[in-house]
Formats: sequence, C-alpha cells, structure tokens
Amino acid sequence: MIHKYDVVIVGAGGAGLQAAIEIPTESSCAVLTKVFPTRSHTGTAQGGVSAALGNEEEDSWEWHAFDTVKGGDYLGDQDAIETMCKDAIRAIIELEHMGMPFNRTPEGKIAQRMFGGHTANFGKKPVRRACYSADRTGHVMLQTLYEQCIKNDVTFFSEFHVMDLIIRDGVCRGLVAIEIKTGEIHIFHAKAVMFATGGYGRVFQITSNAMAGTGDGFEMAYRNGVPLEDMEFVQFHPTGLWKLGILVSEAARGEGGILRNKDGERFMERYAPSIKDLAPRDMVSRAIFTEIKEGRGIEAPDGSFYVGLDLTHLGKELIEEKLPEITGFAKTYLGVDANEEWIPVQPTTHYAMGGIPTTIDAEVIVDENNTTMPGFYAAGECACVSVHGANRLGTNSLLDILVFGRRGGKKIAKFIVNADYPELPDDASAWTHETIERIRNNDNNVKMIDVRSKMQKTMMDTCSVFRVENTMKEGLQKIKELQEKYLLVGIDDKSKGFNTDLLEVAELGSLLNTAETIITCAINRKESRGAHSRDDYPKRDDTDWLKHSLIFATTGSTPDIRYKPVIIKQFEPKERVY
Amino acid sequence: MELTVRIQRYDPEKDSAPHFENYKLENVNKTDRILDLLNRIKWEIDGGLTYRRSCTHGICGSDAVKINGRNRLACSVLVQDLKISKSTIQIEPIPALPLEKDLLVDMSSFFEKYEIVKPYLIPKDAPPERERYQTNEDAELLFESAKCIQCGSCSTSCPSLWVNENYIGPAAFLKAYRFIFDTRDDATAERLDLIDTTDGLWRCHTIFNCVEACPKEIDITWHISQLKKAALRREI
Repeated sequence: MIHKYDVVIVGAGGAGLQAAIEIPTESSCAVLTKVFPTRSHTGTAQGGVSAALGNEEEDSWEWHAFDTVKGGDYLGDQDAIETMCKDAIRAIIELEHMGMPFNRTPEGKIAQRMFGGHTANFGKKPVRRACYSADRTGHVMLQTLYEQCIKNDVTFFSEFHVMDLIIRDGVCRGLVAIEIKTGEIHIFHAKAVMFATGGYGRVFQITSNAMAGTGDGFEMAYRNGVPLEDMEFVQFHPTGLWKLGILVSEAARGEGGILRNKDGERFMERYAPSIKDLAPRDMVSRAIFTEIKEGRGIEAPDGSFYVGLDLTHLGKELIEEKLPEITGFAKTYLGVDANEEWIPVQPTTHYAMGGIPTTIDAEVIVDENNTTMPGFYAAGECACVSVHGANRLGTNSLLDILVFGRRGGKKIAKFIVNADYPELPDDASAWTHETIERIRNNDNNVKMIDVRSKMQKTMMDTCSVFRVENTMKEGLQKIKELQEKYLLVGIDDKSKGFNTDLLEVAELGSLLNTAETIITCAINRKESRGAHSRDDYPKRDDTDWLKHSLIFATTGSTPDIRYKPVIIKQFEPKERVY
Repeated sequence: MELTVRIQRYDPEKDSAPHFENYKLENVNKTDRILDLLNRIKWEIDGGLTYRRSCTHGICGSDAVKINGRNRLACSVLVQDLKISKSTIQIEPIPALPLEKDLLVDMSSFFEKYEIVKPYLIPKDAPPERERYQTNEDAELLFESAKCIQCGSCSTSCPSLWVNENYIGPAAFLKAYRFIFDTRDDATAERLDLIDTTDGLWRCHTIFNCVEACPKEIDITWHISQLKKAALRREI
C-alpha cells in the first residue's frame, strides 16, 4: 500500500510530537510510531527540564549555555547551544500554557530544583534551573504534547515499525514500514521525513532505556549513506538501580541525596570538591567505577558491587512529595525503603550524545561541509545538533526535544509549501522485502537471544565507562562476527499479524550496526573527553581532537571516518574542573 | 526455584479459540518480574509468544495483563509478590477488549473513549506572557490523576464495562478530572456534559475494582466521586 503525505514523522516521543504540533493543519502529516504514542521513552524522564526562568533565584541563559558547553567538555557547537538555552524560556512557558502540570513556588510560579552541572555565574555554585513535576517530568510532558496533538487532530499510524528510508540521488523520498497488526508493508511517499526515533540504549547490557530503544533511526540513516556524528560519546547515568539499570533520577541528588561508598564516605567530595554529588554524569559514573575498582564498593550477595544513594536524611515528606516514583522503584524492585536505607545504584547506559548530524533547524547534514539532504530531518536523541557535546547535562534532553523538535517542525512547514513530491523509485521496498524473507526463511538454528546477549555483553565489557584500545579492538572483532551470525538468525513465528518475533530480529540488525559505529568511533578517538574516557589516552587533546567525528558506511568492511570543526563562540576551551 | 507459567495463547491465523499452554521454567528468582518470565519464554522456548512491553518499569503502560486473575503490569509485579499455588502463575490478556493474539488486545476503543472527554487544556483567555500562576495546593489536586499511564487495567477490570461496552470508564474519567479540576481550564461545563450521560459517570457503582487494579495506586473512585459531585452541584 502506498500513502502520500507532505510530512512523515517517525517517533511519537517529545521531539516527534512537538514537530507534529508545528505542521499547519492544511498540510498532510502522518506520525508513525512502533509503540502507542504515550508509550514513548520520553515518558520515563524524571527529574526536570531546564530553563533559566530565574523563578527561585537569579539565573541567565548565558550561564545555562556556559554550563552546557563545559558539561559537554567543549565539544558542543556553541551556536546551537546558544539557540537552545535562549529558547528554553519560551519552550517551558509554552508547555505551561499547553497545560503541563508543574510543581510551583510559594507564589505560584513554576518551581525549579538543582541538577548536575547547572550552576550560577559561570560555575560559582549550583543553581535551581530544572523545572519539574515531582519525578515524573517526562511523563507529564509526553502526556501534554500528546494532548495537543489530539486537539490538533494529528494523524497517527500507531504500531507501525519503520524498516527503511527511501533515499535516491541524495534526496529523501519517503520510507517503508511494516504495519505490526497485519504484517503488511506500507510505503509512505513524502516531501519531508523527520526522524525522532530516540536512542540505542539496548546495545548495552545494563541500560535505563526502554526495550524499544534499539537504534533503528541511527541505523536506517547510516545504512542509507548518511553519516553519524560523535557516536563514541555514550552517556552512562551514574545512578541506575543496581542490576536492573532502571533510572534513579539525578533529582535525588538535586534534592540533597548523597552517594556513599562502603565506608559511608561521601566520595564525590574527592572528585568534584566544589559541586560534589552534583557533578556532571560522566564524572560521577567514573567516580563510582573507580570506587568499586579500588575496593570501596558495597558487595552484593551475588558478588557484584554497587554504591549507596543515601536519601535517609531528606525526610519522608520531601521524598513523598518530590521523589515518589524513584523511591517506589527501589521498593518494588529491590525491596529497599529509601527512608531507611541507601538505594543500591550502579552506572547504567542512558543517552546517545551522538547521532544523525543536523543543523539547528533539524535539517540532516550529509558531509563534513554541512551539506544538507533535501527532505530529511532529525530531532531528539537520534540527532546530533550538537548541543550535548561529549556529555549531556541532566534536564537538557527534554529541552533539546522541545526546542529542536519545534524548530524542525517549523522548517519543514516552510519547506513543503514550495517542494514537490520527489519521484518514488520502483524498488522502494526491495530491501525490506528481502530482509523479511531472509528472516522468515532462515532455519531457526541461530537464536536472536544468543546473538543479542553476546552483543550486549561485548559492548558492556569493552566499550563502557573506561575504554582501552586493545579491548575495544577485540570487542569490534566480536561485533563483526555477530553481524555475520545475525544473517542466519531465524524465527519460530511464521504468522503475519503481530509478528513480534520477526520485529525483534529486525531490531537486532539495527542494534548490531549501531554498536559497530559506536565502538569504531571509540577506537578512533585517541583522547579522553566527556563520556569518552580512554585509559591509554587519559588527557583531553584540543590540538588534535577538538573536532566532531563523522562515520560513513562504505561498501568495504571498514567504515570511513571524517571530521568537522567544533563551533566555538564565546566560551574558549578550558580545563574542566568542578 | 522451578515454576510453571500457564499462559493463554491464541493465534487468529491458526486457532479457532484461545487455549492455555504451560511452560516450565527453572532457575526462577523470587525477584524476577513477571515480564522477565514472559521474555524468557519468548526468547528461550517459543518466539511466537506475543505481548506488548517497552519501558520495563511501570511507566509506559504497555504490559497490562491478567496475572492470577488480577489486572497488573507484568513489569511491576515480582514473583515474590504473588501467592503462588501449585508453583503455577497464570497469565491472561486483560478482559473486555477484543483479543488480537496471545496476551495482546485491541486498545482502540479504550483510547477513543479517552478522546471523548476533550483531553487537552481549554482556557478561555489568551495566555499571559509568562506562566499562569497556580498555587502548589491547586497543582497538587492534579498530580494524582496526571500519574495515569493509560495501561487500561482500571477500565477493563470494571464490571460496568463488562456489561456495557459503551461505558466511558474510569481511565477517561480520570483524564476529565485532570482538566475539570485544573484552575487554568475553563471548559468544565462542556466536559461535564460529555461524561454526565447514560454511558457516563452514573454507571460507576463504586465497586472499587479500578482502584484495586491501578498499578500507579491512584484512588480513581475518589476522583470519579469528585466529578459526580461537580455534576450534581450544577443541577441544583
């Protein structure tokens, strides 16, 4: 079946919905999503969304911009960061006008709390900048944006799994999707496609990401000749629930929570003397692993190690009012009462700083000269503007999706007025058909779960918080072997409708190719910056590496890596200490 | 420990009616989520087993199923939370919605009802330049209702829905509450008209099944009673 829409948006998290709201009703727009819109991963964000509203104390967007630049270890593009931090104030006010329920200050303004890396006066002291709704900020934001889409009568194709982009001669012409309910293949012919497909956390064994976070958008773009930017930068959130990886918001520390080692020591005092537990995530994750490595972790009954997140001094009332969800998780999954005991935590794969390179208007960039591809846009976690540089600050991802989702929507609205539908090639769905046939016809001797578990373990063992060349090279070799094996993976379920067996195999293809780009770029970058920390190159190297990497797929076995400069404006790179 | 998981299976392309299959699992930990067991069966025993899931920690609302006779989220219930007789856990789809495949039901009528209540803020005046002010007390009136994850556990556990498929149901009422009691919203009368109907509010007989089923522990019946009061007051 062939559909024709001016705009097709893939993904119904914050970025996709925010873009859809911007498309005027006289244009035709479809939002495709593999899970029902309110099931999107934006809903799991907890602690807040930042904007220098100054509701609780003095603040300015320049301070926010500085913190974002420094938090990203000077790899973020400062023009994009400026755009985001300036526009943050409007974005939050607009959300409030849409009806988002926020916690309030005593005088009735939007309440704000502290968060890692957000400071007043260029690093002087922590500042209250995160606007929040208890620890369900992402959930109510996703609900609010979806409500606006219902109001605007946005067309959703829910439970449609996108398999391929249709790009020919450097022009994006639409995409190919499987309708999950029927198994039917649909072609969406479009003037503009926007990817808002979220992250790839499931590449790793321990992750806070939903099972839907399989890197589909990254992989589809890459497979179709679009480069991926800064893929080596993977954020490990310091406080995942021990073993499960479920997110325990940084808001816990924003509200006064303290990380402790087995001796009860507040160890962050040694790593970040000025802002301690509110240091950026990359630093806290490294500190936790260092504590464990040096024998100061807390041993679990199964022999694994964690550290404690101490909220016991905060008081029941504050916990119930401001951190109910995360303390509920600790209770449900680990049987831990956070009022009485420390919550066992460990770093968990959380966020992709890298992704599909875009301009500040979400137009996809295809080379090191910032050439854009007609008809292709990306926003949110799958995109790399780059505002997060080498390490994202907490609360900046919800802001990113609001600001760049909206800018992309506006840019597309302008583009489609004068654009014609590019011609659809005859073989638009060939790759999708071949892939499905292969999976259906394979003997089911090689199991999806076997390949996927090995990939997740390999990435965790060789490419997580601390990295070193030889280990990563072994990891890459294993990923390549698993890619070969993947081609033999078959399925039990041969039915057409709701074939989640088949879709999970297709997702494994996305995961594996995404994993290859991450580890290849990580081997390539010979310095330590932000979340990319090399034991063999422990220092940041601005002379050789103050640049973005762009990885391109090639017809051979080795991808091509090229570079583009970082845009530096008012903040010259300095040593990053807190 | 060893456990038998008894699951309702149905493949419309093969089966004329749903039936149960038993799956024996070894090395089950008492801290495993029910979702972990479903995943193990799907990945290790039968890839055809079909259910929805995503976030795995009770916030996306995908995996509401009936576990030992009660609507629960598979990712928010651990083995140790269940009273297990004869080492068997029984899992079925949530009731009262059309069955699609195995544990998966067609949620479209559930979401259509959610849209009935105009689930978006309708203010009378143009917005001010900055945020609208709201006291913390007024904001807190909304928080519990805003916790709803639309998993469908409440509505499909309600006997009023079982006997009348047009009943708007607790989840949609909760959404109506979230706007009717928002100081920033000005469409109270319009919304009450939409739920003060033959298939609306008064079919709630305070049976409390919804409260018992809600994985986010929302006191839904209390919220519905506030709506009933609001509907009554305007009639006087």
